[in-house]
Amino acid sequence: MTHATVPRPRETPARRVSVFLSTHPRARLGLLLSAPLFWLGIVYIVALVLLLVTAFWSVDSFTGEITTEFTLDNIIEVVTGSLYQTVTLRTLGVALAVTLIDVALALPIAFFMAKVATPRMQRILLIAVLTPLWASYLVKAYAWRSVLSQDGILEWLLAPFGGSTPGYGLPATIITLSYLWLPYVILPIYAGLERVPDSLLEASSDLGGRTWPTLRLVVFPLVLPAIIAGTIFSFALSLGDYITVNIVGGANQMLGNLVYTNVGAANNLPLASAIALIPIVIIFGYLFLVRRTGALDNL
Amino acid sequence: MKRTTHTARRGVTVGLAIASIAMLTACGTSSGGGSDGGEAATELGEMEGQVALLAWPGYVEDGSNDPAVDWVTPFEEDTGCEVTTKTFGTSDEALNLMKTGDYDVVSASGDASLRLVAAGDVAPVNTDLIPNYENIYPFLKDQSWNSVDGVPYGVPHGYGANLLMYNTEVFPTAPTSWDVVFDKSGEYAGKVTAYDSPIYIADAAVYLMAHNPELGIENPYALDEEQLAAAVDLLKQQRPNIGEYWSDYLKEIQAFTTGDTVVGTSWQVIENVLEGEGVTTDVVLPEEGTTGWSDTWMIASESKNPNCAYAWLDYIASPEANAAATSYFGEAPSSDEACEYREDCEAYHAGDADYASQIWYWSTPIEECLDGRTDVKCTDYAAWTQAWQEIKG
Repeated sequence: MTHATVPRPRETPARRVSVFLSTHPRARLGLLLSAPLFWLGIVYIVALVLLLVTAFWSVDSFTGEITTEFTLDNIIEVVTGSLYQTVTLRTLGVALAVTLIDVALALPIAFFMAKVATPRMQRILLIAVLTPLWASYLVKAYAWRSVLSQDGILEWLLAPFGGSTPGYGLPATIITLSYLWLPYVILPIYAGLERVPDSLLEASSDLGGRTWPTLRLVVFPLVLPAIIAGTIFSFALSLGDYITVNIVGGANQMLGNLVYTNVGAANNLPLASAIALIPIVIIFGYLFLVRRTGALDNL
Repeated sequence: MKRTTHTARRGVTVGLAIASIAMLTACGTSSGGGSDGGEAATELGEMEGQVALLAWPGYVEDGSNDPAVDWVTPFEEDTGCEVTTKTFGTSDEALNLMKTGDYDVVSASGDASLRLVAAGDVAPVNTDLIPNYENIYPFLKDQSWNSVDGVPYGVPHGYGANLLMYNTEVFPTAPTSWDVVFDKSGEYAGKVTAYDSPIYIADAAVYLMAHNPELGIENPYALDEEQLAAAVDLLKQQRPNIGEYWSDYLKEIQAFTTGDTVVGTSWQVIENVLEGEGVTTDVVLPEEGTTGWSDTWMIASESKNPNCAYAWLDYIASPEANAAATSYFGEAPSSDEACEYREDCEAYHAGDADYASQIWYWSTPIEECLDGRTDVKCTDYAAWTQAWQEIKG
């Protein structure tokens, strides 16, 4: 009986590389991660650092060239200028209002989807929630522009009841942004509610818990991280928005508009960077506050 | 184990950050920016075979947007200069793009041209090398936005006025003054519009020139601090009555169509569109005069294709090409000869020097007063931008 001997593999360069990699796990890991880490480094970290660094430079107003001498003028201007305080407060107000409205709308919808609807209905509702995300942001914003117009459909609907459209302005901005970000709030809350076992609801009911105490004492604490995860989306997205307010916001401006005009019209990149730091600081503050709730695991 | 990877990664991050800061500092110092645009060419040589244009949308059409709209192909066939085009949306974007040095020619509005000259990005133009320059309306030549100390820096392209547009149902008789958007704007609260750019401060200055002569404004683009403050006050009073500011002309068309806006500053081309749609609007040039734009084709000081650039300047000033380009954009052409190729010249008051004299063409406000005052410093565009943001609040 003869055994066919396995021939020793030929020493090709590819094989040598693969032998090297299999005996050096660190090199393997390094090669595997270097591309995504490079991307992360360039796109996220360098861009942020660049932003940070630019905020400490200034612009020569005559030639428009950036002067790379360290100065705190932009930061001081942004922190102390009344314009920036007003606009920051307005932007914060809009973001908070949008977040509250979205959570109020998303909670019942998500609860119905997760706990009441049949599996078939659940799927249909999920698609219905996701559908608006397939349409372009601009189309949706312009659609609201015509809905909210003086001869738009809202005016036509409300006129018989003595109401009228809010017209273009901050209310219109809040309505439009609430609409735009609603799916981003529904989805995490829905996912959070799905993870609440039905048995807990039954147990609560067996122990005599009525609807409200059950919701308040059992469901709410369990989905709170998911709700906060949803608010992070609507809050952060509203904070940085400048297109919607441009389309339906009338003459109002938000922080994003100030950044936009300083980059575009004013050619003042350093000041724009300094303004852009405001929402970043706010969002970091918010994330810092909510990190203990476990909301970040729900994103 | 977890700890070591964590620190290792952090090390990488910090390293990257330090490296990028070092890189940035290194790059940052290389850009200077002189104010010497070089000398104008004295003679032309052979065509280089290509030319890169930086232009307002609608100024350079090669048929790719609309096959019927094409005045680039004949130029390419005539001169052998292949045209590449980049469009920009604002004067400031044009300014930034010109700094890259990638473009030979730019179509600059008056609020960009002086800044281009000051930064040394564009060169003086020898108009003797441009045969079609001769026919251009005299009131467009040697103006503060296209020439410095009598030296031309480009060839006029087309011009238009910012007009007062009103809804004829709200205004049975045409308003004759800008006061409907300033002192009397309260009557139309929430339905007034204004142009969304710092340069709109000049519109308020034009109004103040007529109504508050004690301020002594001679030129709406030459405002000292006190005069700027007066204009800003006027615009701050106007602000609560503004429904929305516009910079996208399609947005203004829609606002007038739906009735969300009934009065405000506008362009002739917008009225043409609205008239075509049967909307009850009209435009008027109020008695105080108005602001407007007059665009100039300029050549980059470091152009790699100066001969093709000169060829383009001459071609776009030729009656047929100028008529096609200005008609497509909706503005008055630069010569009477061009009107022979257009039927709508009258609507734009082309060649009407009286009409043109009521227009204060956009100019960049600079520290050195444009009206010749030397005893005060004027406010520059950066100050206007800041003021404009404060007005909008």
